[in-house]
Amino acid sequence: MGWLRYFRRRRRNEDFALEVEAHLRHEIDENIARGMNPQEAAWAAQRKFGNVTLAKETRHRMNTIGFLETVAQDLRYAARLLRLERGFFIVAVLCLALGIGANAAIFHLLDAVRLRTLPVANPQELVEVQIGPNQKCCTGNFSSRRPNFTYALWDQLRSHQQAFSNLFAWSATSFNTTTGGEVHYVEGLYTSSDFFATLGANPVLGRLYSSEDDRPACGSPGAVLGYSFWQREYGGQASAIGRKILLDAKPFEIIGVAPAGFFGVEVGRSFDVAIPLCAETLINGETAHTPERHHWWLAVIGRLKPGWTLAQARAHVQVISPALFEATLPPSYTSETAKDYLAMKLTADLAGSGVSDLRSRYQEPLSILLAIAGLVLVIACANLANLMLARAGARERELAVRLAIGASRTRLIRQMLAESLLLAAIGAACGALLAKFLSSYLVRFLTTTNSPLYVDLGMDWRIFGFTAALAVLTCLLFGLMPAIRATRANPVTLMKASGRGLTDARERFGVRRILVITQVALSLALLVGALLFVRSLHKLLTLDAGFQESGVLVTEVDHSTLKYPPPRRYELNREILRRIRALPGVEQAAATLIVPISGNRWNDEFQFVGADPSGKFLSNFSPVSEGYFRTLATPLLAGRDFNERDTPNSPKVAIVNQSFVKQFLKGANPIGKRMRTETGPGEPETFYEVVGVTKDAKYVRLSDPFSPTVFTSLDQAAQLDYGTVILSRSQVGLNAQLAAIKREMAAINPAIALNFYTLRSRIADSLLRERLMATLSGFFGFLAAALAAIGLYGVMAYIVARRRTEIGIRMALGADRASVLKLIGGECGKLLAAGLLVGVGFALAASQAITKLLYGLSPKDPLTIGLSVLLLALVALPAALIPALRAARVDPIETLRDQ
Amino acid sequence: MTRRKENDDRVEMMQGTLDMLILRTVLLAPAHGHTIASAIERTSKDVLQVEHGSLYPALHRLEERRLIASFWGTSENNRKAKYYRITPAGRKYLAKERGRWDQIVSAIARVLGPATE
Repeated sequence: MGWLRYFRRRRRNEDFALEVEAHLRHEIDENIARGMNPQEAAWAAQRKFGNVTLAKETRHRMNTIGFLETVAQDLRYAARLLRLERGFFIVAVLCLALGIGANAAIFHLLDAVRLRTLPVANPQELVEVQIGPNQKCCTGNFSSRRPNFTYALWDQLRSHQQAFSNLFAWSATSFNTTTGGEVHYVEGLYTSSDFFATLGANPVLGRLYSSEDDRPACGSPGAVLGYSFWQREYGGQASAIGRKILLDAKPFEIIGVAPAGFFGVEVGRSFDVAIPLCAETLINGETAHTPERHHWWLAVIGRLKPGWTLAQARAHVQVISPALFEATLPPSYTSETAKDYLAMKLTADLAGSGVSDLRSRYQEPLSILLAIAGLVLVIACANLANLMLARAGARERELAVRLAIGASRTRLIRQMLAESLLLAAIGAACGALLAKFLSSYLVRFLTTTNSPLYVDLGMDWRIFGFTAALAVLTCLLFGLMPAIRATRANPVTLMKASGRGLTDARERFGVRRILVITQVALSLALLVGALLFVRSLHKLLTLDAGFQESGVLVTEVDHSTLKYPPPRRYELNREILRRIRALPGVEQAAATLIVPISGNRWNDEFQFVGADPSGKFLSNFSPVSEGYFRTLATPLLAGRDFNERDTPNSPKVAIVNQSFVKQFLKGANPIGKRMRTETGPGEPETFYEVVGVTKDAKYVRLSDPFSPTVFTSLDQAAQLDYGTVILSRSQVGLNAQLAAIKREMAAINPAIALNFYTLRSRIADSLLRERLMATLSGFFGFLAAALAAIGLYGVMAYIVARRRTEIGIRMALGADRASVLKLIGGECGKLLAAGLLVGVGFALAASQAITKLLYGLSPKDPLTIGLSVLLLALVALPAALIPALRAARVDPIETLRDQ
Repeated sequence: MTRRKENDDRVEMMQGTLDMLILRTVLLAPAHGHTIASAIERTSKDVLQVEHGSLYPALHRLEERRLIASFWGTSENNRKAKYYRITPAGRKYLAKERGRWDQIVSAIARVLGPATE
């Protein structure tokens, strides 16, 4: 009823007007009949009726929903005000949007990497089984991102465990889908048969493989496509089922498509093609992991049986461990490693939120970024509060006037509320937009060709709601405070007070001073953090890595499809290098197995021959061809490079680096020294003679210190893989170089697969985390500084406006511009100094948290802190100068006349 | 704010009795606002003065409660006017209120006792 009336209120009001008119006419008629003249009659009727307008208003109120009516009015008025005060509006909305957007985006990523549970049925029942901590785990060959199990161990666990209703093993890999020429990798998964069943995934198309598909020596079983891969490569066509897909040159039949959004159990990763575990022997052939008891390449997750708890499952796998390890002891282990192996115990942990290698890498950076974004939000809120207070101060007179002419207190407060809410709503909407944009930017930032990051980019409404609520609360709090204060006071005093006082009471803007000091302090801390990250990245980018990465092209050559026996592989690898060297424009080229800064590493223990036999040393190793040092421009300091005379049959030689000499030989001349390694299970001892010394170069990561490295001759390597990695420098452009190499390799054999990248890009990828921190913290740092400057400007401008009269009097009494400048400048300097002082303290206390993410810098680096203080002071200077200059330009006559 | 509250109090106090008077006036025949006001004044021998301004809100409230209904008609001196007539619910309400009113009046009369002077 009420609502209906609200929408029909105009017609009803007209109706009433007619009724009143009719009433008055009747009264007038009667009055005339009583003998009055028409004019008198009309007045009398009017008098008798009373206040027509009041009656109409009462009537109108009956027909309307008062709250709705005034809210619409309030909002319209607020919108008009905001349009008028455009500067305030833009700054306020920016504050809100940045604070809300940044927090929502970063939390979203952190949540995706760290907190969210897997989008599968009953994730809380999922448990990962792995080898317990604090043990000498493990010896052998490790591959995949989660090398927890050998196939033999997995097989034993599966047949002996009782705690899980379902259990599966998986291994992430990548498959080449071309048959020669440049490779095209897709993200692949080997999984045991229960993978899909355990996770409760149902096919969108075809079927998902089961135990019939996954049995030993299964040959070429069916492959299951990931949903987005199916959409991308097969256009989402049902006809994809039954077609063949080539994985590492082996054909697999496509039997089904996994559901949309299903990515397995590894957070931040997805798969394009999944094939049963048994197909691993087919794919890798001679180098397959499955038959090898010392190849660690699987991870295992199970679903607890009903009624089983995690503790029970953990105890269970521990109890059955001895038997499992006993049954799977690798035959090649020495007695010592065997003892360690047999002593190992399995353990179980909840895996409901999935597993991830991103977690260890990005959890800390993202947490720090979230903290930074949180501080930005605090600064933004402080800024907002300051702006609102400044505005309310200016509007005190307006409020007083409105109170004086009869506006009700609640009405005024509601008006202020409407303004705050409108602002908050616009800010929150912009924040949501920004969050969406920022999180997709972050994901793109963290995606490299080598490891695509897969994160569901849906909006996280919880965190958005939280930050938005916080910002809205700030708006309301500081939007309402002045309204309540103004409406509580007597309008007369307020009207008298505004603009009349000579100076302003100090405590009136105490809150604002504290807000500005907080802002300056926090933004200084953020600036310090930002500069630390930026300088740390700069150091990494400019450090002397010991090699020249620019201009080096890396070509990974894979000829596994040719299935050459070892002697021919040796010949082929040499042929490949020879041909690339012969290409026009190529200045230098060399082969290696380990590209520096690729993250790959080979380290080994060795002893010096003839020295104390108990003196075992651990060093990095890297097999390289002749010319490797020339190609990377690493100077050879003594001795010789490898050469043609170093063949598989000649005595093995090695080149060591400076760190090696320093650490193991205490600077003694290494040339001619002989060393012995006890390489790998089942491999014979190898002797090397040191023939040269090179300058130090980085090996695994740029941020690692130089470490001892032994370079061995690739030509003398005991085992040769189906491939080689060629580093080359050329005078011709990158594309011409790529085309020439492709042509040349196809001429040898079209089945050879090639993968290209530049050393520079690989190194850039290795600094992703550092670049993320530097970019985002830099962005936030300068944002915070800008906000603090705006805040400072706001307060200074306010102070100057309030003290105009005082300044006018001072000037009339003979103060010159310089002393006025000093007065205001000193005021500003005090605020800034207090903020900076608090900020330095805060920065010193907080920077401890980022120590681990810095390279070559102490978190208390005085230069960085000094620089930040300087920078912030520089940004704040105009904020202080403009109001001070305005104060100095005050015309004393004009201000005094104002009074 | 405070001022409006006072107003409301007064209207409310008046309301019950004014409602009853209006209902009684339109009980026999429909009438328009002006007639109702003059009828109350005339019948009460001008003791009860109806402020015309507050008559209409009362009428509208009654209409809202479906105790009376309205229609546009032509008055005795050929003017268009809004007429109000009583509804069955209004009759029932009037009877009830009348009973309550009589009770209150006699109760007050008993408490006050016979006039001593």
